[in-house]
Amino acid sequence: MRPFKYSNAADPAAAITAISVNADAKFLGGGTNLLDLMKEDVMHPSELVNITRLKYADIEKTSNGILIGGTATNAFTANHERVRKQYPLLTMAILAGASAQIRNMATNAGNLNQRTRCSYFYDVNMPCNKRTPGSGCGALKGLNRNHAIFGWSEKCVAVYPSDMAVALAALDAVVHVEAGNQEKRTIAFADFHRLPGSTPQIDNNLKHGELITSIELPENDFAAHSYYLKVRERSSYAFALVSVAAAMSLDGSRIRDIRIALGGVAHKPWRATAAEKLLVGKEATMANFKVAAAAELKNARPLEHNKYKVKMAGDAIVRALSNAMNGVGYGMNAGLEAGV
Amino acid sequence: MSETGKPISRIDGRLKVTGKATYAAEFNQPNMAYAFPVRATIAKGLIVSIDDAAAKKEPGVLSVISYKNAFRLKPMDMQAQMKAGAAFLGENLLPLQENKVHYLGQFIAVVVAETYEQARTAAYKLKIRYTEEKAATDLKSELPKAKKPKMFMGEEAQVNEGKTAAPLAASAHQVNHSYSTPVEHHHPMEPHATVAVWDSTDKLTLYDATQGVGMTSAIAAYFLGLQSENVRVVAPYVGGGFGSKGLWLHTLLVAIAAKAVGRPVKLALTRQMMQTNVGHRAATIQHVALGADTAGKLGAVRHHTDTYNNLTTFFEPSGKQSLVLYQAPVREVTYNVTTLNRGTPTFMRAPGETPGTFALESAMDEMAYELKMDPVEFRIANHTAKDPMKGHDFSSDSLVDCYRIGAERFGWSARSMEPGQQRKGKYLIGYGMATATYPGGRSAASVKVTMTANGEVTVRTASIDIGTGTYTVLAQTVADALGVPVDRIDVKIGDSSLPAAPLAGGSQTTASIHPAAMEACVLLRKELAALAIADPSSKLNGRRLDEISYADGKLVITGEEKKSDAYADIMKRAKRTEMEACATTQPVSGPGMTVPSALCTPRETPPEQNSDIKQYAFHSFGAQFAEVWVDQDFGTIRVKRFTSVQDVGRIMNEKTARSQIIGGVIFGIGAALMEATEYDKRWGNPVTRTLADYHVPVNLDVPPIDVHFIGKPDPHISPIGARGIGEIGITGVSAAIANAVFNATGKRLRDLPLTPDKLV
Amino acid sequence: MEDQPKFPDLTDAERRALEELLPDEMSEIITSGIKRRHFLKLITYTGTGLLATHLLGIEQLMARSTAVAPLPPTVIENGVNVSFQVNGSAQQLLVDSRMTLLDALRERMDLTGSKKGCDHGQCGACTVIVDGRRVLSCLTLAATCEDKEVTTIEGLADGDKLHPMQAAFIKHDGFQCGYCTPGQICSAVALMSEAKNGEASYVTSNVREAGRPMELSEEEIRERMSGNICRCGAYPNIVDAIREVHGDKAVAQVWQFADGTI
Repeated sequence: MRPFKYSNAADPAAAITAISVNADAKFLGGGTNLLDLMKEDVMHPSELVNITRLKYADIEKTSNGILIGGTATNAFTANHERVRKQYPLLTMAILAGASAQIRNMATNAGNLNQRTRCSYFYDVNMPCNKRTPGSGCGALKGLNRNHAIFGWSEKCVAVYPSDMAVALAALDAVVHVEAGNQEKRTIAFADFHRLPGSTPQIDNNLKHGELITSIELPENDFAAHSYYLKVRERSSYAFALVSVAAAMSLDGSRIRDIRIALGGVAHKPWRATAAEKLLVGKEATMANFKVAAAAELKNARPLEHNKYKVKMAGDAIVRALSNAMNGVGYGMNAGLEAGV
Repeated sequence: MSETGKPISRIDGRLKVTGKATYAAEFNQPNMAYAFPVRATIAKGLIVSIDDAAAKKEPGVLSVISYKNAFRLKPMDMQAQMKAGAAFLGENLLPLQENKVHYLGQFIAVVVAETYEQARTAAYKLKIRYTEEKAATDLKSELPKAKKPKMFMGEEAQVNEGKTAAPLAASAHQVNHSYSTPVEHHHPMEPHATVAVWDSTDKLTLYDATQGVGMTSAIAAYFLGLQSENVRVVAPYVGGGFGSKGLWLHTLLVAIAAKAVGRPVKLALTRQMMQTNVGHRAATIQHVALGADTAGKLGAVRHHTDTYNNLTTFFEPSGKQSLVLYQAPVREVTYNVTTLNRGTPTFMRAPGETPGTFALESAMDEMAYELKMDPVEFRIANHTAKDPMKGHDFSSDSLVDCYRIGAERFGWSARSMEPGQQRKGKYLIGYGMATATYPGGRSAASVKVTMTANGEVTVRTASIDIGTGTYTVLAQTVADALGVPVDRIDVKIGDSSLPAAPLAGGSQTTASIHPAAMEACVLLRKELAALAIADPSSKLNGRRLDEISYADGKLVITGEEKKSDAYADIMKRAKRTEMEACATTQPVSGPGMTVPSALCTPRETPPEQNSDIKQYAFHSFGAQFAEVWVDQDFGTIRVKRFTSVQDVGRIMNEKTARSQIIGGVIFGIGAALMEATEYDKRWGNPVTRTLADYHVPVNLDVPPIDVHFIGKPDPHISPIGARGIGEIGITGVSAAIANAVFNATGKRLRDLPLTPDKLV
Repeated sequence: MEDQPKFPDLTDAERRALEELLPDEMSEIITSGIKRRHFLKLITYTGTGLLATHLLGIEQLMARSTAVAPLPPTVIENGVNVSFQVNGSAQQLLVDSRMTLLDALRERMDLTGSKKGCDHGQCGACTVIVDGRRVLSCLTLAATCEDKEVTTIEGLADGDKLHPMQAAFIKHDGFQCGYCTPGQICSAVALMSEAKNGEASYVTSNVREAGRPMELSEEEIRERMSGNICRCGAYPNIVDAIREVHGDKAVAQVWQFADGTI
């Protein structure tokens, strides 16, 4: 880690000011990804401002949903009674990620600012346009088994690693940010993260000095039919090969509304809008799920080593939808014994 | 023997659960500085220049050392090194002596600073220019350049080349396939670390994470030009090794750094360095062919391995088990070895057998299907009680019992031969099994036993406990050999100044040091008896030595319980506060490296106590059984339960022994399902760089594991009757799992690890 | 560090060893301080079995450094003053802003029980408990610990009396090399309160059923302990140890304990 100035922000305005005046300064939340990258010398901010003591660590009910604090930890959020009861998809997604220790440290805002785990990004001796613009993409013609099948560019084929954000994408979350002079704005979740295009070094549309104060989840009627499915190379404590956040509301066996988002397949949480469109108003049947999954995956563009992800993602959509249809508590989370 | 075998808890357990067991990097010294090594960023070439101006300006920097200014080590000279016991380096390369780069990640400079943070930051600032040469980075494309090595560690490497072609062709049933295994890394939880303290210009102490204190001392002394008794290597606790903790460049590097700055220096490797600098198991491509007759008898076994080496002659000997298992009249084991520019391949838990049993035991399963025979019965039908190459009897032979007991405990009879028959919901369920084997090694070793008049006993030997239980089982053996309780016995190991013992490798520690410990106790008892016999006030006065036995801290006339004399009383009357005995024992035959044992008088184990007079073949055997559940859509595999039945001779401590086997099986689950280091052939860099990419099993990956020991003492390996147990647990595991996956899905996977992408 | 006039000539490490290892009656023998050479002699000749089993530990402590001298402030860059509690005692440190809590414990405070396994949050060996929650000290800057309460493996036992989780790990052989062990135990101790709070995991069958204390199945324990890697492969034994402390009376060992040894 290179030397940096450290301070503890007394209030949000002070934190924002400190960051705004220094282009190399960063907010410090749980540090679980930032310190990791600083030790790798991938990131070397000259200043860190600790924001974990700011008053954005709670979860509040609003007239139209809930506001989840930006500095609340992932563990606190996942286990908050209101989240568990009303937004079990978010709870399941958070609990699918990392380890208990990391979830106790990582903040919600930090989760959205996570950077890719692409090995070429992490290795400062390798080319990577995200880390060093113009140096090339090591993964494009390299080992890209874990990389994107949607939305990638010649500049970058990395995937975004968060599980939590996949659920937030499905739940149409809104990101609340604050900038200098107490300026506030909101960013729809779909507009928060970016595809790599020609500027893969920019992960998301947050501007320097903007602080994520909270994440808003609008009310929904998906609580009874939600499922977060994660496929990985070992059974826990590993990033997703493919993940699916699925939630639906049902009128009898008819799908009233539905949300599907994929993780591990693109530079941002991948909202499966093609599949959603095909399913709204249709019967919740395996046959319909399969048709919708196939429609979504039709546009996949796999790389040399990740063709398996296309089939896996399709099957994962079907499985997640079927488990969601059967109700929370049904599915792989119940362990092997259930066999479903 | 009342203590030996008992499942007592580890005597070092309390220190380990309270955080007080001290590992190499924890020997902080006054005025200590920190070193951070700099790694080459090319796979092959020459360093043209090193610009250290910026690094030197960094706060706290004490020194930047490279080939330009490093202390000159004595050059490599295999003959002289052999004589000095200093031949066994991880890689035949010395740090910072020349500008040549042999692999990406090689240590080419080191920064020493006041703090760890400062050393690391300054290390980023070195500017190094290279002339790059074309590196060999890919096994398959380099195979045309491969050579056929004549020898592997003193044994013929190419056995019966070409001799199986005719019998295979004539066989009624043939199986002929290629199996591949990836690069695997040891990744012990404790990263390699060394603290170097120069006590004077010719005296050095190294606190080192090593599997062999004697070996490290000899090598460091040789290259630094010191007397080996002046290099003390201390390693009371070592956080796992699995073959990786031999001597690598960093140990010499830190000694150079400490010399340069005139202060104690600590160097702990990062996890990323563990992927490039401390060895790995090389990838293999194995071609196995089996021929069998219509009755299911094997007629020929052929096992060819393509692999690579770098900077040593070591290569992965994956044909080993194919020279030992099964009755087949003709067998052929051959190797093609090329050289790659990547960190040096080395010993890793069951070197050879781990990838080798994957290939052979998968092929055996394929042949069982070909023959429509039960895989257990097929193996039993081809069992051999003799070493097929040497013709010697195995020193103990319970493999058939392992199969039978394992099948019974596992419930093998519920298996359906036809694949894909058993399912639960989305899961396809399958059973698979394989044979486990590993050689039983024993080396010379010396042990000193000291007793005080207060009845405290201390056992000293330069052995190591890398988690294997050496402390505990040694106390148990000495407790029995002296008739004193375990809690009066203090075990001192992990220090090169103690009597010599072999390194903790090759599953030989127990078989080597316990006979010496026992012999030292015999000597001590004899000396006590001599005092008593000569002492008019002893009840043993004037009796013959052969009449005297011992129990409960006393010498006793056999059959006359009341005629006894306590050790403490004998010593007090003789005005002795402390007595000691030291013994060196070595195997009469069988394998084993000889260790110089200058500190103790060598004593041949008396022939009547060691029936290893004629030649035996020393091998442990076992049977592994796995049940897997395969997700039909995603190809994710979970091992649902596992049974391991092992014949490893006498069990010294049932609790620690069981843990060793469980640990081996879990290592095997990792090799089967997830472990692989992948390299980008354009640059030769590992793309799996850390524990985030190099997956090892986590708790949720591991099912209940049922372990059963045959437990019959091996009457030939030593009077103790125990063979090693650290490595056999991993052997056969990946084949048992792959065979179970075939049984579940009908898909035969011949390329490890069995990641989901291969089943989708 | 704290002043203890009792054994003025001993280093902190030695004094702690002595205090932990000597039963009360032994302490009485030592009336007015103890010299270093007496200490060595004492531990060599004392006849208690308890001490015999611990000699090794003492010897090691003796071989180590004396208390770590404070760094000259000149070598500390971007210094941050931190006041926090470690294992119940107040600590004040001036740290380089880059220094992690793990390095502060290991390099500055002589608390080497917390281990550095990967330094990147990928193995769990550095797990400590901060304000009641298990966290990774390798990804925690020491500077952020102002006012926090840190519990490390060294702080779990009550004097000579091991924490039940420590005792269960010994009994069930929940370790081999011992390097991941402090992290495993800290993690397991914190897990007990997470279960009591009714917190869910990825394998919890219905996360909507919130709030009541949970009885952890083996699968639940395995998932919740998956952030602590053990390369020796003690996982099944770790699960048994945790089940026992969690109150599962059914945890049987496969061995008979004829001698009552744990």
